Amino acid sequence: MPDVQALVNDFVLKLKRRKIEGSQASARQTAELLRTVVSQQRMPYTNQAATLIDAVRTVGEHLIAANPVELAVGNIVRRVLHIIREEDLTSTATAMEGLSLIANSDDDDNFESHDHPALSAAALAAAARSTLRAPSLQTLLEGTPESALAPNPSSSGGDSEGKSKSADRSSRTKKLKHDVIEAINELIQDIDTCHEQISEQAVGLIHQNEVILTLGRSRTVKEFLFAANEKKRSFRVFVAEGAPRYQGHVLAKELVAKGLQTTVITDSAVFAMICRVNMVIVGAHAIMANGGVIAPVGINMVALAAQRHAVPFVVVAGSHKLCPLYPHNPEVLLNDLKSPSDLLDFGEFSDCMDFSTSGGSPLLHVVNPAFDYIPPKLVSLFITDTGGHSPSYMYRLIADYYSADDFVVKRRPTS
Amino acid sequence: MDSRRIARTVIDPKVRQVGFFTSGDQPPARSQSGPTDAVASATVASGISPPTPTSEISLSGSSLYPVMIPPSRHVSADGLPSLSRAVAGGAPVSAHVPLSPSPRDGTQMSIGSYNPSESLLSPSSSRIDGSEFLEEVATSSCLGRTGSGKASSSFPASSGEMMMASKSGGNAPAKSALTTASVVRTLPGVIASIALWISGLMNPFVGNQDFKFKGEKDGSTFIETANDGAGTPKPQKQTTTKAERRAIQDAQRAAKAAAREAGNIGKPAAVFGAPANLKQDKGSKLPSQMKDVSQAVVASDKRVDRYSNKDRKKEVSQPGMPFNDKGRVEKAKRRAIVSQFEAQNRVELFRHLPQYEHGPQLPYLELKFFHFDHIHPSVYKVGLQYLSGATSGGNSRCKEMLLAFRQAIMDYSTPLEKSLVRDLTSKISSYVSFLIECRPLSVSMGNAIRFLKNRIAKLTHNLSEFESKSRLISDIDRFINEKIMVADKVIVQYAVTKIRDGDVLLIYGNSTVVEMILHNAHELGKQFRVVVVDSRPKLEGKTLLCRLVKKGLRCTYTQINAISYIMHEVTRVFLGASSVLSNGTVYSRVGTACIAMVAHAFRVPVLICCEAYKFHERVLLDSICSNELGDPDVISKVPGRKDLNYLENWADHGNLQLLNLVYDATPSDYVSIIVTEHGMISPSPYSGSYFHLIDAVKSAVLRLSRLTVRSATELRRRPAPVGLADRKQDRWVTPAFNAQFRPRVLPPAGEVVRPDPAGQDPLS
Repeated sequence: MPDVQALVNDFVLKLKRRKIEGSQASARQTAELLRTVVSQQRMPYTNQAATLIDAVRTVGEHLIAANPVELAVGNIVRRVLHIIREEDLTSTATAMEGLSLIANSDDDDNFESHDHPALSAAALAAAARSTLRAPSLQTLLEGTPESALAPNPSSSGGDSEGKSKSADRSSRTKKLKHDVIEAINELIQDIDTCHEQISEQAVGLIHQNEVILTLGRSRTVKEFLFAANEKKRSFRVFVAEGAPRYQGHVLAKELVAKGLQTTVITDSAVFAMICRVNMVIVGAHAIMANGGVIAPVGINMVALAAQRHAVPFVVVAGSHKLCPLYPHNPEVLLNDLKSPSDLLDFGEFSDCMDFSTSGGSPLLHVVNPAFDYIPPKLVSLFITDTGGHSPSYMYRLIADYYSADDFVVKRRPTS
Repeated sequence: MDSRRIARTVIDPKVRQVGFFTSGDQPPARSQSGPTDAVASATVASGISPPTPTSEISLSGSSLYPVMIPPSRHVSADGLPSLSRAVAGGAPVSAHVPLSPSPRDGTQMSIGSYNPSESLLSPSSSRIDGSEFLEEVATSSCLGRTGSGKASSSFPASSGEMMMASKSGGNAPAKSALTTASVVRTLPGVIASIALWISGLMNPFVGNQDFKFKGEKDGSTFIETANDGAGTPKPQKQTTTKAERRAIQDAQRAAKAAAREAGNIGKPAAVFGAPANLKQDKGSKLPSQMKDVSQAVVASDKRVDRYSNKDRKKEVSQPGMPFNDKGRVEKAKRRAIVSQFEAQNRVELFRHLPQYEHGPQLPYLELKFFHFDHIHPSVYKVGLQYLSGATSGGNSRCKEMLLAFRQAIMDYSTPLEKSLVRDLTSKISSYVSFLIECRPLSVSMGNAIRFLKNRIAKLTHNLSEFESKSRLISDIDRFINEKIMVADKVIVQYAVTKIRDGDVLLIYGNSTVVEMILHNAHELGKQFRVVVVDSRPKLEGKTLLCRLVKKGLRCTYTQINAISYIMHEVTRVFLGASSVLSNGTVYSRVGTACIAMVAHAFRVPVLICCEAYKFHERVLLDSICSNELGDPDVISKVPGRKDLNYLENWADHGNLQLLNLVYDATPSDYVSIIVTEHGMISPSPYSGSYFHLIDAVKSAVLRLSRLTVRSATELRRRPAPVGLADRKQDRWVTPAFNAQFRPRVLPPAGEVVRPDPAGQDPLS
């Protein structure tokens, strides 16, 4: 435990100092840290899930407080909590099934049993799961065979889930932890491979001779464009440089190295160029539950221009950027104000920024925000690793990944 | 520095010679007679007489910048001697030296005083970057007298020359201080360079110049040679261009002598004077002698011109010229003065627009200053200012151009068998085409040129040349005054009413009117805050911010990316415009559209401040059909950020293009109101008032041009030149704009426009 604490402190420090750049890196590292937390957690005999949840929650609270703007950290914490809940439910369900030994293999599908709760444990588990994961289009399509399958092996006792049925308490202890760790590993793998899954969809969205505009540099966008390029789509990219960081220059260089026709424009020329652009593809910092996007500064301008000219505005983002929170005043509350040195050289205007002049308030303020908030009505499409979604669908997607109990990670322990 | 200048007892800047040589040539070092002469005798001998070359200027470029100054097309041996002969005949001036021995402050003469601020180049222009480009001015007289000539970079020399040779490994001293271009070329790793400031060149015929040598930034490389070799006159070498050089020298000497003569009488030099002295001679009659000379000079000038003017007219690259039409582009290119190197890696969408790399040829063009006799020096100077970017912004560009034309008209004299109207029009056209080569015209300039040409065409034939010229000059003055200066003041008065206490004003770009508005509001004691939004690559906001902060305005500075963030706090957006088109589109600095769009999205009123002379009847839907392309290179570099060098060798990649747009078009629905000197109007296509204004402005321009010059009293009796009086007043108020904008929507048109005898009218 102490070594976990040390790890947590180390990570918190890194987050506070903004040493970890990019939501993917922070998401991955958070997941790894939480995996350690879970694996180091000593498990009591009773109420294991609650213990795990508590442990993860205390750590998560620290992490979120360390960098509240980096929403990916909170997302991963919530997802781990969700994983624990889900695994717990599955194991209880199977355990109950084992105890009752009612071979109720009626092939009711999920929703019928949901309507009139039967005594069957399988139906109970399914119902419990459905409370966690509300019925979505995916479960509607996949749900029937799954729920049909699940009880069957449990009655025969041959499957992995069924295995726990016969297991005793101690093995169930390990089982839960093991399952959670497995699931977290899967999550980490998802985070790692999200670019590939997103870029697989590139060919379906980019046509020949398309003109694409992007701003700044996002790794997801880069991979997306590369993937389309590899599939022999030839298209032209306008890269707005993304002013204070000028990451657009880097992206342009990378694109050119792959042989893409690239044009670098200044950010101010976005409006002038957008009328000749077929599609805007940008990366995001986070996607909020309402479908709004937190993205690098300047993208709202692009989105407005795209809307004016009816250019599709596509946001590519891994599912770890999906945040279950609804934004409130995101321009201020979910923003970072960076150093003025990006805009003005050190020493330039330093006399004007002096607080001693003009009655305590300096004559000159320099504003250098890091993020923009793009309201959902400006976004045409989200491309995540689970496919393309419209902004209004985001809340459904979020319901798949998070349980409603976890939306507020930090407040519950304190209250 | 001081000691050097004290040591310099007599400086004769008068006679200078521009040497031209082909690259492989032998050094055109020339002998000079008596460099130790205390008084340089700028004798104007007859045209053929071998001059006593008291001074010499050798111009050269380094290997990096090959000076391939060919014997110019226009400066030919028959043109200039004739000129000088004419001068010699017309005004046999005995050159006396009006220079005081102490060359500092006191000697600043009225004629030649050259204001450093209007030096052709901004000091930051990297003309003297290392050894990239070398030019030399070796003035023997100067050398001879700068006994203890010390290395100095700041050169407020009273003489027109910048003299800096370098001590280069003991080689240069051996070659005498008259280091010539070829000498320089022989030295590997050239250190020597004598910076010939174009400002020095600008006013070559006027005795005294007071300007600062601004090259001090890298001035450490310049070491002035001691006058080791100065005393030893070099044998004159026969060069292929000798005759030519002599001819030029003669011409210059003649002209200068004439100018000095004029200067001695106390009149400003009108021959090739800098526009600094424009005001002084307004209305004052030129002394007859002066006029003589200038006419003679100009007349001979014309002769040179005559054959060149014909093809000049053809080479005008019309604004609408299709630059993707290879054949026509080639044709134009062959004729252009400003050689048009096509930029590499051009953006496909913008192939119809010209994109040339002007940057590296700037010094070259400066060297060629004397070659283009058909381009008046003041016009040439303005053109180079456009090219270097020293003059930018619609108003100042237009003003500079008009002042240059004014100067040119002042120096103009009709050739014998021509009519003033036709010849002057073609002359102006050729000037304009040169200016277009330097930088595409702005709408404001186009309107001004139209006005001027119209005025010329309206000149009646019974007027004498002097009368016509003075009319034109007063017309130009009036245009500048009424359409720019007073218009700005009126706009400020209107716009200030829209600023209330507690407002947060967002400004973008570097509009002079908007700046004036802010200053005025501040002086009125209004409490407001300014958000200065800046954008790459020009970063004009920084300089603007500097000025605002100095005045004590409270400012917030940010870049255009953060516009959505900052717009929450903003209550008004004030923007300038390059022009307003007749469909309400505002054509302005790139980024204006973004600002207006975001402001529109946040329901913040956008006020465009634009003088009426910038209105144009054409229409524009996007920013692509008509635009200007800036230097793409500036995009790859971020000033102050050395770590950002990802795009260093961008031109090597065929697939990579950098696009530096200069303007963009803001759709009219983003604009709440346009503030002009005729009132405030909404650009909305439904309001109607906009079109009234467009009509009014069109007719105003026409009427203004039709208006003959009358006395001031007569002018007062006339109806308003701008026909707004007949418009319905109530239609100017746009319902869309709510009560806060109500107060002074449009004053009675007559009140604004008609000069009020009482004098409180803003236009008077």
